[in-house]
Amino acid sequence: MYKYNEFDEAFLAERNAQFRAQVERRIDGSLTEEEFRPLRLMNGVYLQLHAYMLRVAIPYGTLNPDQMRALALLAEKWDRGYGHFTTRQNIQYNWPKLRDLPDMLDALGKVGLHAIQTSGNTIRNTTADHFAGAAAEEVTDPRPYAELIRQWSTDHPEFQFLGRKFKIAITGSNTDRAVIKAHDVGLQVVEQDGQIGFKVIVGGGLGRTPMIGKTLREFLPQADLLPYLESVLTVYNVLGRRDNKYKARIKITVSENGIDTYRAMTEEAFLTIRGQYDGTDQQLLEEIKAHFTAPEFRSGSTEAFDTAYENDPVFRAWADTNLDQHRAEGHAIATISIKAHGATPGDASAEQIRVMADLAEQYGYGELRISHQQNVILPHVHKSDLPAIHAKLKEHGLATANLGLISDIIACPGMDYCNLATARSIPVAQEIATRFDELKLEHDIGHLQIKISGCINACGHHHVGHIGILGLDRAGVENYQITLGGDASENAAIGTRTGPGFAYDEIVPAVERIVDTYLAVRESAEETFIETYRRVGMDPFKAALYPEAAKKVA
Amino acid sequence: MARAFTPKVITANDLLEGDVIYFTADDTWTRHMSEAELITDEAVAPLRLLEAEKQNIKIVGAYLADAKAGPNGPEPTHFREEFRRTGPSNYFHGKQEAQANV
Repeated sequence: MYKYNEFDEAFLAERNAQFRAQVERRIDGSLTEEEFRPLRLMNGVYLQLHAYMLRVAIPYGTLNPDQMRALALLAEKWDRGYGHFTTRQNIQYNWPKLRDLPDMLDALGKVGLHAIQTSGNTIRNTTADHFAGAAAEEVTDPRPYAELIRQWSTDHPEFQFLGRKFKIAITGSNTDRAVIKAHDVGLQVVEQDGQIGFKVIVGGGLGRTPMIGKTLREFLPQADLLPYLESVLTVYNVLGRRDNKYKARIKITVSENGIDTYRAMTEEAFLTIRGQYDGTDQQLLEEIKAHFTAPEFRSGSTEAFDTAYENDPVFRAWADTNLDQHRAEGHAIATISIKAHGATPGDASAEQIRVMADLAEQYGYGELRISHQQNVILPHVHKSDLPAIHAKLKEHGLATANLGLISDIIACPGMDYCNLATARSIPVAQEIATRFDELKLEHDIGHLQIKISGCINACGHHHVGHIGILGLDRAGVENYQITLGGDASENAAIGTRTGPGFAYDEIVPAVERIVDTYLAVRESAEETFIETYRRVGMDPFKAALYPEAAKKVA
Repeated sequence: MARAFTPKVITANDLLEGDVIYFTADDTWTRHMSEAELITDEAVAPLRLLEAEKQNIKIVGAYLADAKAGPNGPEPTHFREEFRRTGPSNYFHGKQEAQANV
């Protein structure tokens, strides 16, 4: 894992000292809110419905146990005892006080974490596959490149006032767990003729105009990463619209000008910009790579795992849903669900955060990951340790066996916290999870992703949910639109709206009707929801959702 | 025809605490919507907002929010303002908790 050097530490300390002085100047009246607002946003401080909110970046979703413990400390000392993991590998604190924020940032700085560029029209936290460095099918660990991008984009003078925010995601696998096609720039590490490089995707995004990204370059040699990204951003900075906030994202720039024009302009800029890079970035990359050497995976018997799997049905259920194949023999990737039925998706208490840090230290080669799906991952675990890990998780309400199932819901904070929200999303997620737990149908239903956003900005990724739910304000009441057939994987697709929305008390029954329809029309238990939807289309679901309309047609 | 004026309260967030506050008839701030000044005169509303904004050194983002008269003072008419005066629905945090501790 990347460890800050003296330069990183000094830079962060300086930034935090600046912010502390800015807070003081706001409090003593030297700065107006108009002057202070952009300064606080540059440091991840929002003002939400009930309180300030601090958004802390978890670069490429990777944490060591000490960093994880610092997140627990913040929750306990300056917040309400919990943190909220977001859909972009950040953690948010919902209740900080203005005077405490500089102390919180200093505490983060001590463990090499920050909140820089978690807001504003800048390059945001570069997100990565949460199985990076562990996935069996990976070409190479994408995180050194993500760290290189973090260092390049942090405080990059040309990209502090972009037309709009800019999000980059990277994966090293063909299986896309980082939703790269729904980002401003998506990078996939690929190998061509023995050379490592990137497939570059541009112009994806959700929000009010959802778009799947288009391929800008099939193969970009790895040495050209930064000059090429700089070219993409330079073109966007000039060509992107600034007259209308809703048309300012790069997806609109690409769609209005066409991918071919965008490509031509990028390549032209690249000719100049590449010459400005003297190889320092490549030296830096080599230094960064040294930090990401894989741990010495131990060998040993996995008998303890096999015995528990045979004899303990609760462990078996958890192992079946929450484990993934690791690249090293005898190892597994263990995902810890922080979606207990009825709990807030993505919320973990300080105690739970510490337990996960301890487990990573004791059993997990000192590594943790946070997924955009709002779960926590122990990426490297020897299978013989899994029964002990599971037992510890159970003690702390962290052993829910629901990964990829209907209760493993992505939900944004919605109107319970967010200033932009038009409706609530958390209670909808809580009720869906509780309902299907009561019905004991979850495992029978199988793989099904529900994603909920409380407004059109789509932080809850509803467009790419197999079932997407969008909360809106319709004439002063909460109303929920449903989309079906969205896909967040390498087969990315935007869902299709079913029809008119549903009231707050109708949305859970509506989801139940969709699921009942799926169970009735699927060809076998092996055919997943999304496969069934692709085969039968919208009609049976529409008929179940809107029986009155069906009658009129008949 | 212009839409009929609906009564308003002035609300903002406290600079230090960040929590929801309301402007009272005597130019102070309260944590309770029921103690806010209910503005029923369209011509008065923007003047009262200007008065509230004079205190921008200790408040953030004052605005006029729809409200109606209730038996114990002003009440919200929109669910967003209902959440702001109550707190989130997933935890007993925010104003609901503060009121329970009175």
